[in-house]
Amino acid sequence: MKAAGLIIVLLTGGLLLYATQDFPPWGAPDSPASTHVSPRYLQKATEETAVPNIVTAVLADYRGFDTMFETTVIFCAGIGCFVLLRIFRQKPEDRYYRHIATEITLHIKGGRLPNKSREFERIDTLWTPYDLVIKTVCRILAPFIQLFALYVIAHGHHSPGGGFQGGVILGASIILIAISHNMRTAIARISEKVDNLLMAVGVFIYAGIGAVCVMLGAAFLDYGNLSVILFADEIMARSHGILGVEIGVGITVMAVMISIYNNLASAGKQDEGL
Amino acid sequence: MIWQLDLAILTLVIFTAIAAISVKDLLGCAILFGAYSFLMCLLWAIMAAVDVAFTEASVGAGVSTVFFVAAVFRTTRRTRD
Amino acid sequence: MSDLIPILVAKYNYWLYIVLMMIGLYAMIAKNNLVKKLVGMNIFQTSIILFYVSIGCKKGATIPIIQHGMAAGHHAIDPSHYVNPLPHVLMLTAIVVSVSTFGVALALAIKTYHQYKTLEEDEILARLRPR
Repeated sequence: MKAAGLIIVLLTGGLLLYATQDFPPWGAPDSPASTHVSPRYLQKATEETAVPNIVTAVLADYRGFDTMFETTVIFCAGIGCFVLLRIFRQKPEDRYYRHIATEITLHIKGGRLPNKSREFERIDTLWTPYDLVIKTVCRILAPFIQLFALYVIAHGHHSPGGGFQGGVILGASIILIAISHNMRTAIARISEKVDNLLMAVGVFIYAGIGAVCVMLGAAFLDYGNLSVILFADEIMARSHGILGVEIGVGITVMAVMISIYNNLASAGKQDEGL
Repeated sequence: MIWQLDLAILTLVIFTAIAAISVKDLLGCAILFGAYSFLMCLLWAIMAAVDVAFTEASVGAGVSTVFFVAAVFRTTRRTRD
Repeated sequence: MSDLIPILVAKYNYWLYIVLMMIGLYAMIAKNNLVKKLVGMNIFQTSIILFYVSIGCKKGATIPIIQHGMAAGHHAIDPSHYVNPLPHVLMLTAIVVSVSTFGVALALAIKTYHQYKTLEEDEILARLRPR
């Protein structure tokens, strides 16, 4: 298998290396890819949408359909992880409780403590004592990470960033809580039902903005006609439409990242994890 | 766009890729893969693709490494090749 | 010798991208561990994304964000001063989709491990074969 694989790989690579001699030199300004569509985007995008970052303008306006279905693909990946891994009916497992005052650990076989008391806290099977520094720093850092993520989404028109990056950073702040404390703390912050709902809400916002454009008499995802309900001129309406779409993308990406992490790290039980 | 810097980082990327597929421990593979993603992000920043570099830094080097470590935690570190 | 260096500088990028792609393809075909195969798949993906982004770059050009005041009409924007934004747009979404597919693939690997208690391909095949 290894020898056959090596031969196939070398054959493919040799063919591709042979093909490189027809490529334009690296970084040539007059290469065919740079002379057809993109000059128009560079020259007209800022006039037409009032967005200085051309990547955002092309992503959400000129190629809005593309991005909408990419968002749908991410949504489907989140649903796929859920369907593959999530286990609902499970037999009762061994649980460990720790008495906070005396640090005695109780091992309860196949059940739970009869009533939840403040003196006991539930701990994971592979529990090690928490490091106070890590726990505190992560807890203090999380709101700042979330603020930065909101900045990235909102300021995506003028600087690098946008819905995808901001959504991932928002999701990462929740994952940070899950890693530094435990998974139940993170799920108490944003529960599974809310998370799964948010996955769908993001795609719904994106498609809903497109549908509003249709109701106002324009084509799907053509934000120009939003000026009627936004009380702005047509160019600013396009800018606001792009912002709305980016918010939808951010919500979906955030929810999907949290959902995939929770399902992977707990193998579908959403109980105890990494 | 400085081609000497580009060449140096590209060589490092190739070394990290070879290391990531030949190391005999999946947790080490996860960390090497994170380093690979981060070098890739530098490469895109050199090519003036700032949005792509930002995405790779948050997605590839951040969340994807966490997924990998979570999956290794739930399966096994053992690998024969 | 002196005319070899321009060719080298013009094309070495593409050669190294192809080397990266070969590493990924080899890992996908020849590695025995399922997670190693996934790493190979990701290396393959990033090499192709690298190739796309490198198509769009131009020598001496800046990032595709227009400065304020440049679009006011009296300055015509010269496209050769900004890198090509189109490959960036296409590849930005590809990266995020690649991480979600990576998550689904890891979920499948976890399922496989629960079923067969191993991630090695030949051991799984030995279990599947009827005795």
